[in-house]
Amino acid sequence: MINSNEIIDDIANKEYEFGFSTDIEMDIAPPGLNEDIIRFISAKKNEPEWLLEWRLKGFAAFKKMEFPKWQHFEMPKLDLQALSYYAAPRKKKQLNSLDEVDPELLATFAKLGIPLNEQKALTGVAVDAVFDSVSVATTFKGKLKEMGVIFCSFGEAVQEHPDLVKKYLGSVVPHTDNIFAALNAAVFSDGSFVYIPKGVRCPMELSTYFRINAQNTGQFERTLIIADDNSYVSYLEGCTAPMRDENQLHAAVVELIALEQAEIKYSTVQNWYPGDKDGKGGIYNFVTKRGICKGAASKISWTQVETGSAITWKYPSVILQGDHSEGEFYSVAVVRNKQIADTGTKIHHIGKGTKSRIISKGISAGRGDNSYRGLVSVGPRADNARNFTQCDSLLIGNQCGSHTFPYIESRNKTAMIEHEATTSKIGEDQIFYLNQRGIDSEKAVALIVNGYVKEVLNQLPMEFAVEAQKLLSITLEGSVG
Amino acid sequence: MLTIKNLHAEVEGKKILKGINLEINKGEMHAIMGPNGSGKSSLASVLAGRDNYTVTEGEVWFNGKNLLDMAPEERAREGVFLAFQYPVEIPGVSNLNFLKTALNEIRAYKGLPALEAREFLKLTKEKQQLVDFHSNLMNRSLNEGFSGGEKKRNEIFQLAMLDPQLAILDETDSGLDIDALRIVSNGVNKLRDAEKSFVVITHYQRLLEYIIPDFVHVLYNGRIIKTGTKELALELEERGYDWLKEELHLKESV
Ligand SMILES: Nc1ncnc2c1ncn2[C@@H]1O[C@H](COP(=O)(O)OP(=O)(O)OP(=O)(O)O)[C@@H](O)[C@H]1O
Ligand SMILES: [Mg+2]
Repeated sequence: MINSNEIIDDIANKEYEFGFSTDIEMDIAPPGLNEDIIRFISAKKNEPEWLLEWRLKGFAAFKKMEFPKWQHFEMPKLDLQALSYYAAPRKKKQLNSLDEVDPELLATFAKLGIPLNEQKALTGVAVDAVFDSVSVATTFKGKLKEMGVIFCSFGEAVQEHPDLVKKYLGSVVPHTDNIFAALNAAVFSDGSFVYIPKGVRCPMELSTYFRINAQNTGQFERTLIIADDNSYVSYLEGCTAPMRDENQLHAAVVELIALEQAEIKYSTVQNWYPGDKDGKGGIYNFVTKRGICKGAASKISWTQVETGSAITWKYPSVILQGDHSEGEFYSVAVVRNKQIADTGTKIHHIGKGTKSRIISKGISAGRGDNSYRGLVSVGPRADNARNFTQCDSLLIGNQCGSHTFPYIESRNKTAMIEHEATTSKIGEDQIFYLNQRGIDSEKAVALIVNGYVKEVLNQLPMEFAVEAQKLLSITLEGSVG
Repeated sequence: MLTIKNLHAEVEGKKILKGINLEINKGEMHAIMGPNGSGKSSLASVLAGRDNYTVTEGEVWFNGKNLLDMAPEERAREGVFLAFQYPVEIPGVSNLNFLKTALNEIRAYKGLPALEAREFLKLTKEKQQLVDFHSNLMNRSLNEGFSGGEKKRNEIFQLAMLDPQLAILDETDSGLDIDALRIVSNGVNKLRDAEKSFVVITHYQRLLEYIIPDFVHVLYNGRIIKTGTKELALELEERGYDWLKEELHLKESV
């Protein structure tokens, strides 16, 4: 018979499934952060002058900033000079089709369950794959092009659609926003770009998979999604990294722009390497994600399932500028071992009749530490703004922690803001009850957790909901308290 | 079917069961009575495999297998069912989903395929009627916000669904109203057959008027101090436990 302590140890020792690395010829810049490296990146990518200048402004802002101090966990020392800011698989020549992608790379993504071959690709999902810093393949490009949808790597967008990029880059997350956003502005290497033209409902899920492979590199990608009037797009981001003893930094920026009556659904299944049971290694995931509902009656919805990373620090936010626009944030964040997650959202109600809904489900196991941090602000113009926040924590075992920091700032008397919070624990008596009905402890935990996160997973596209459910079960395997 | 030999068990270093001997054959109905704190629920917990109890001595055999070697879920799959004195609430897990999972785990253990949705629903309808279990409770979270009586009914409903060989009912009668007691007892009687055995733990003779036991045991201070037939229950109802305790002390002082 297994007792609960053994089971808890079990989970702590559970290995990370995606921890393999790929041997591939790489171009890697020497470590160090300075103007030269920024010029090097910009030149490598054949960027126009204005973009180089924007990067340099980002770097100037970065140099004046300090790391934030308001977090309640101990901030690790980051040596940004020791990192390399550019790593790319060495290409022999310009790629014209997927067939020319390095087979090693295709094999890597296949191992991750992301077939880049169009025939084999998930039906109805177009994928952009980013390996270390560079986008290596985008599937279904032709089909999307017919409808006027642009879905390509950021680098390609700079070359092919410079006006769109110039107009919107940094318009939601400026280069001065925070230290990681400034760093990203300076050294971002690639990412995804999406533009949905007026009146178009994007016919398939758009999806990007990020993979950090090279050692001692940071990954700094930028995603920019613009949904023009009356358009709709659903976008999914997934990420993994190999197991490494040292920590790796991931400081991405995502900007979403929804114009009149447009809707953007952005889903993340984050499974970066979380480090081992003693907290050694793992990704620092310091990401700035923000969307603006610029047009009236537009809608932005963030859904995230966060299971990986040593430290996750991110607050996907929505600025509700257009009247009657709507923002949503659905989150499941799981921590175990010594993982730290400090995540939540900020919703700024600016326009009249704006609505927001926040559903956050934290799950803590092992010695993990999970915080929800959220801000709902209502401006003076936002008559009849409404917010509903539900913030739940589920504890597994006795050594984990969970905190909630909800902030509310209302400057409009007609606003209605509701906040509900619960904390529950998976008790031994609950597990025993299920055992007594023939259900083993791992299934029992999965059953309870699935019930708990249902409301969030329901927001994900079908096949990803199934994936996420599996991921949660694997992540929490054996975590009985 | 079940043989308990000289079973000793403790919890948090405290000796609770002090040498239980009990033989239960197929088709038999055993009642266990005894004062509060005598160890009735503890016996049920030890049989079900609750891990805060440590067995320090003795053996338990179930259909020729060593029950004490099995994990709780294995015991359940082998056919041991415990209707809890205090069923727990599990928010977020629907009663229906829970039952389907449990049933299919047990079926898989027996090498049977999972029940198809339609067959499963048919089975639930049928068993619901047996204990008059409201169908609106099926879609609610497991026991969450159920009244005391609803929880007890749910235990017997699950018993009917999972169809175990040995069912241990720990004070299923307490918390039931007069009509519910009759309904649940009738349900249990319908489940009785030559292959199944029952252990009903109760404080009240009233239940044993509906469910007629073959044997009545009195558990006191971790031991079975008297075994009789249904008449013993009547006698206990009239006289309480003191005369038995005295008898015991006399015996022990000789
Ligand atoms: N976890 C525990 N720690 C300490 N003592 C315990 C624990 N669990 C049970 N006991 C003790 O074991 C003894 C037997 O308890 P048990 O629940 O088996 O009694 P019972 O016969 O079922 O009583 P009742 O008729 O009141 O249900 C009691 O004295 C109880 O306090
Ligand atoms: Mg009891």
